[in-house]
Amino acid sequence: MSTTTASPAAAPSPPQPPREHYLNAGYGIRSWLFTTDHKRIALLWLISITFFFALGGFFALLIRLQLLTPQGWLFGPDTYNRLFTMHGIVMIFFFLIPAIPGVLGNFLIPLMIGAKDLAFPKLNLLSWYVFNIGALFTFYSIVTGGIDTGWTFYTPLSSIYSNSQVSVAVVGIFITGFSSILTGLNFIVTIHTMRAPGMTWWRLPIFVWAHYATSIIMVLGTPVVAITLALVAGDRLFHFGFFDPRLGGDPLLFQHLFWFYSHPAVYIMILPAMGVTTEIVATFARKNLFGYKFVAVASLAIAVIGFLVWAHHMFVAGISIYAAMAFSFLSYAVAIPSAVKVFNWTATLYRGSVSWQTPMLYALGFIGLFVMGGMTGLFLASLGADVHVHDTYFVVAHFHYIMVGGAVMGYLGGLHYWWPKISGRMYPEGLSRAAAIILFVGFNLTFFPQFVLGYLGMPRRYAMYPPEFQVLNVLSTAGASILGLGYILPIIYFVWSMRYGKVASSNPWPATGLEWQTTSPPPTENFETTPVVTWEPYDFEHRPDLGLPKPERAQPEQLEAPGLETGD
Amino acid sequence: MDAFFIFLVIVAVFFSVVVGIGILYFSFRYRRSAKNPVGKIVEGSHALEIAWMAAPFVIAMFMFAWGSKLYVTMRRPPSDALEIYVVGKQWMWKVQHPDGRREFDELHVPVNRDIKLTMISEDVIHDFFVPAFRVKMDVLPGRYSTMWFRPTKTGRYHLFCSQYCGTDHSQMGGWVTVMEPSEYQAWLTGGSNSESLEQAGQALFTQLACVSCHGEGQGPGPRAPALRGVYGSKVKLTDGSTVVADEAYIRESILDPRAKIVAGYEPIMPTFQGVISEDQLLQLVAYVKSIGVPPAGGSPAAAGKE
Repeated sequence: MSTTTASPAAAPSPPQPPREHYLNAGYGIRSWLFTTDHKRIALLWLISITFFFALGGFFALLIRLQLLTPQGWLFGPDTYNRLFTMHGIVMIFFFLIPAIPGVLGNFLIPLMIGAKDLAFPKLNLLSWYVFNIGALFTFYSIVTGGIDTGWTFYTPLSSIYSNSQVSVAVVGIFITGFSSILTGLNFIVTIHTMRAPGMTWWRLPIFVWAHYATSIIMVLGTPVVAITLALVAGDRLFHFGFFDPRLGGDPLLFQHLFWFYSHPAVYIMILPAMGVTTEIVATFARKNLFGYKFVAVASLAIAVIGFLVWAHHMFVAGISIYAAMAFSFLSYAVAIPSAVKVFNWTATLYRGSVSWQTPMLYALGFIGLFVMGGMTGLFLASLGADVHVHDTYFVVAHFHYIMVGGAVMGYLGGLHYWWPKISGRMYPEGLSRAAAIILFVGFNLTFFPQFVLGYLGMPRRYAMYPPEFQVLNVLSTAGASILGLGYILPIIYFVWSMRYGKVASSNPWPATGLEWQTTSPPPTENFETTPVVTWEPYDFEHRPDLGLPKPERAQPEQLEAPGLETGD
Repeated sequence: MDAFFIFLVIVAVFFSVVVGIGILYFSFRYRRSAKNPVGKIVEGSHALEIAWMAAPFVIAMFMFAWGSKLYVTMRRPPSDALEIYVVGKQWMWKVQHPDGRREFDELHVPVNRDIKLTMISEDVIHDFFVPAFRVKMDVLPGRYSTMWFRPTKTGRYHLFCSQYCGTDHSQMGGWVTVMEPSEYQAWLTGGSNSESLEQAGQALFTQLACVSCHGEGQGPGPRAPALRGVYGSKVKLTDGSTVVADEAYIRESILDPRAKIVAGYEPIMPTFQGVISEDQLLQLVAYVKSIGVPPAGGSPAAAGKE
């Protein structure tokens, strides 16, 4: 089989013995749809995720076009309301939450810990199917009229008043939730039980720590939003009245339950991206990670404290003053582990050997945008300032800095970084650097003006707006078109590189992780022999196999002064 | 409030610049080259980690304290504020002034006077947002929420609904007009509605036959507790507990009379759910308030009228 396929394609390249790996281990649709190989399942996820990213992006494009003029020249308010609702639902439930765990987590966790697969390979495949069944429901609700409640489904608008396809969409999200739970469970069990000899907890890459923390949120949080949305469906279909004040229900109860999951969900999106960034920073600074244990524990701290901050979405919703103060305090508390990570990444660059290759551009872009998203989060965590900017474009800008500037940058950075491992080919370096810079510029032009809009008082989810806000909206739309170009480029050159890209070596950067110890692309069983780990994480010192000169130890007195400067 | 906002901006810019400069400086200073092919080994520093946890924490606690102080003030209306009633519905704002003048999607208020809004929604959750005053508050179905502000400059300011509420959410707004007190008085008398809120409530009280059980408001009623002196007092219930008769209690007693039965009475009152509108409810509440006991420093705007 391998000889017949290799002969036409491999003719121009230097002759090398065709090697069996996970991509050529089987052909035909069945070998993909019934695979239990985590790497193939990761690619199935990649296809689903990319489809929904494109769909959500298309909605975003229409939203930005509508907002070019104050009166809205493309759609009526009903259509516009459906657009931003579906943009939110698709991007959050069908792209951001599953993106990094589904694609990169699936592909890399077994490789990084030296395992042959995840603990439950069939469950892993089931997770993908469950996701797509849920996605079908949601897709059906979109093409048969859409949903107009906002992705937040606030009651009683969603439970009584909306005439759109709320029930179908809610069922879709309910089903998709099980995919999250299955994946989270699989990751937790895998990380506990499948680590290679010598791969102790304190030798796990931060990427794995981040996914461990994420999985905890997925397993504990997702059931709550599933039940909550089921109650909304119950209210709609059977008039249970959980959230209907006329029947003794409470609309605020919905918000508590919804945000109990949906705030931690933000950490499902950002923690894996932080993991990706950590890997990239250490590799492209060619240096041991500064404060490894602090960065690892910070992931867990974020996951745990993140469960206790949900009501900061409700400071003007009518909760008591003291409840609001407690949640404000906890929201500030969760900022500290995030700050710890940022400082440690920065300190890792100190005395490194920093290379500005494409993944590093994404990682540094991630840090910058995440800092801005995080700092504006401090405005929203404070009770006094939140009252003014709550539910305005300030919030829209803030969470796009975290979710797009953070999670999507992390996802794309990770895709570039591990693309040689996934595809066995290199992406084109020059074009991909250009795309990264286009994305960074386009992103800031799109979302920075929205901070100003929000401060000036433009509420979110407005199909039409007062004319004085037009200039900033036009700027934002201009930025969005640059941003769109930045997203199209990687899709094109990734596909291109699968056939025409330079063949990648096992460890092109080189990096220290176990995933780089196997061939690119890896064989189906990942490693020919089970690896034994004898080195610390991000250790360039005891790794002659990387082909790098042995790093020197920095003199202790040299690192005190400049290090402290960045500290505060 | 604005000073606080400026402080937040300064902190945000400071940290962004420090991290940004740190990243750029390090990545140029220690860029990869033939002379620098691999990074130096730098061990982590516990002192540094603790320092950069402690410093942001101290700053964060300062933000927390300042923000909370502002919020507590915002959430507690002064007792002598001018009380105006707002009903939100898809997709308009209905405003009733205490002396009966009503308006839609507009709010007229006197300058340099504390204004308290008591708000409720007829359907979904709305939010009353006046960016110029830096205030907003959700307006919920089934419960009163309040907000207050003190306009200091005359003029016209945007009023938005900022909680997404369906189709015409973006059109659910209007203007807040801040006027000189004399102009405001003139404006109040310019409306066609001559009835004050309490008068309208009193008329409803008769019209809906509340009077036949609760009495004229003088002595105890034949089958139900008298309402004179009830508002603001502590009411004993059949289950032995007591409640303070506030707006929410009055409202609940009209819509769901069996929820809290006053000690010594039978649960015979019918519900008025679906019979009267939120506007009428506010009028009834205003009437019951007007014959209540004005608590020390209570709201004379409503109680001192009769």
